[in-house]
Amino acid sequence: MRITRVLGAALLALGIAAGPAAADSSPSPSASADGAAPTRAGTSFRTATEIRQGQQATASGSTGDYLYWSFPADTGQRPTVKATVKLPAAHGAQSWQIDVYDGLRRRQACQYGAATRTAEQGASSVELACVLRTVRGWSEPWGNDPLPGTYYVRLTVVDLGSADLGKPVGVEVRADSKDIGGAAAVDGSLAKPLVPGIAVKSGQDGGGSKPAVLSSFGSDDGWSSGWWSDRWVWTAIGGVLAALAGVGGYALTRGSGRPSRVPPNV
Amino acid sequence: MITRQRLAAGVCALLAALAAGIAFPGGAVADETEQAAPKVELVLDVSGSMRARDIDGGSRMAAAKQAFNEVLDATPQEVRLGIRTLGANYRGNDRKEGCKDTAQLYPVGPLNRTDAKTAVATLQPTGWTPIGPALLKAADDLNGGTGTRRIVLISDGEDTCQPLDPCEVAREIAAKGIGLTIDTLGLVPDAKTRDQLSCIADATGGTYTDVRHKQELSSRVGQLVDRAADPVVTPVATEGAARCEAAPTLKSGLYTDREQFGQQRWYKVDVDPGKELRASVSVADDRAVNPDYGVLLRAVTLHGREIVRGEAAGTGRTDVISTGLRYPKPESDDDNAPAETVCLQVTNSFSAGPGVKTTPGLPLELTVDVVDGPSGHHDVASFGLGRGWWLLGALVLTGFLAGLLWGWLSRWRVAVWRTN
Repeated sequence: MRITRVLGAALLALGIAAGPAAADSSPSPSASADGAAPTRAGTSFRTATEIRQGQQATASGSTGDYLYWSFPADTGQRPTVKATVKLPAAHGAQSWQIDVYDGLRRRQACQYGAATRTAEQGASSVELACVLRTVRGWSEPWGNDPLPGTYYVRLTVVDLGSADLGKPVGVEVRADSKDIGGAAAVDGSLAKPLVPGIAVKSGQDGGGSKPAVLSSFGSDDGWSSGWWSDRWVWTAIGGVLAALAGVGGYALTRGSGRPSRVPPNV
Repeated sequence: MITRQRLAAGVCALLAALAAGIAFPGGAVADETEQAAPKVELVLDVSGSMRARDIDGGSRMAAAKQAFNEVLDATPQEVRLGIRTLGANYRGNDRKEGCKDTAQLYPVGPLNRTDAKTAVATLQPTGWTPIGPALLKAADDLNGGTGTRRIVLISDGEDTCQPLDPCEVAREIAAKGIGLTIDTLGLVPDAKTRDQLSCIADATGGTYTDVRHKQELSSRVGQLVDRAADPVVTPVATEGAARCEAAPTLKSGLYTDREQFGQQRWYKVDVDPGKELRASVSVADDRAVNPDYGVLLRAVTLHGREIVRGEAAGTGRTDVISTGLRYPKPESDDDNAPAETVCLQVTNSFSAGPGVKTTPGLPLELTVDVVDGPSGHHDVASFGLGRGWWLLGALVLTGFLAGLLWGWLSRWRVAVWRTN
């Protein structure tokens, strides 16, 4: 294993150009084959509507509903979830909130962004945002770091007057991510992304046309393998520069050309 | 003669075999899709109050009829749709009789749009509002099959058949049936109706909608029926034990259970060396609970040592509190190393306010995945590689110094060689 890695490293140092291309070809696993953005939302983790990153999902619901979406996030990405709630014409003050959960249904902290916001009486809309931490390739089981896999977004009203319950609202949700790159590259990788139900999925295939799965972001949907990062390039360039500097240093000690005091024919 | 009889018998047998061969696979497939077909029952309040003309100038009944017609037209093929009424038949004043008044208008099954529409057209606002009994009957109507089950309750008034609290009924239904959701819609509701309908919805993980316009009603009911058509994984019912030794052994999958306030639930999972256990648990609050709560999931060895835990706490309005954990079991040098039995303990710190029933327990959902273990983690950085200008500077400096040293060494060696 180690030998293959070392060999891989050597090969990479020789042909760096191939690497980034391979890494870029799989920016994010796709949720569905068709390009249309979903126009509904789920109401639980099990029924969460799957969206892709960069897709503007819309849904109509009622104040008080718990609306769920899920999207895939891969190693090195720092996802940002944004939501806009269009409120009915007349309403009292109410607070809306987005919560993001990872594939293990652990709540993920927002680094920044207004994840909870209060709409004043009569406000026409409220905008929420949550910037997650960078997704790591691996973490210790005792840590709560974001790992590649499914992420759930839950949008709901957390504080409202009882007269506002059940009023129609329109919702827009979008997940994007910033590529952090090698700065977040850690050693090690998960064998399978944190996609719930991934261990039972293969057994259920075949039969029905649309098999029910907890999350369809599968293991072969173009997740990054975890071995590529721009650290290879930095290290390789560093090696080359070190070699050049070594040659330079050596040359300094030799001076230029043949020393004048050495007689010919020696 | 005998030969001919044998021949005839043979032909008959062959034909029978062929027929069976043709019939069986088809039948099996049909059964399977029928088994997994999503079922929806629309439960419509046809009580006297539906006569009120306050939805876009028309009566509530007219709005409901129009909405039903639109929904029936748009119902997806695979959905088995039924319609039940409450308060449609009994005109009298006897409460006891009025509270039994619920009837199946259209049975749950493959939809014949014309028949269903004709049935809906005959409805006249009439009697009482026995929501509780109607929900019980509707749950019976949806019995059987493995698909999702959904009740859509449309009402304009609160239940008139106390003391049977429809909210309790909904909770009982949720406790016995798996994956049955009740969505409620209130037609121009007052505060009491709204409270009751939203309580019914919360008890089963459903939604409550407040309807004041025709358009809202048909689009919302259509949306709910569509939602039922989405394939969803049906969880397997299990019952956790109070101790690890007695706990059920779970494989990868989705499970559901009930956990009372302050109760512990234990489950067991076998994890082979080199595999990773992933477990997540969600405890839903299907009734009024105090606003501060939490859930704890612990992975414990058979000897009681805690391996890893997942914990979550929250405050305020929520439908569910959930957490999860990962436990990668290291590879073993011994190929025949036995699987380790990991005990999973689930506890919750929900608390019920005064007067809130504590049985049945809160709905608990458990996901278990056993997958291959992770690789690597010998170094903090990826493969121990470096990155950044400091790294480049350090490498260049080291290279330069090494070059200098090498040059001086070789000069010194040349000098030594020459003096000798």
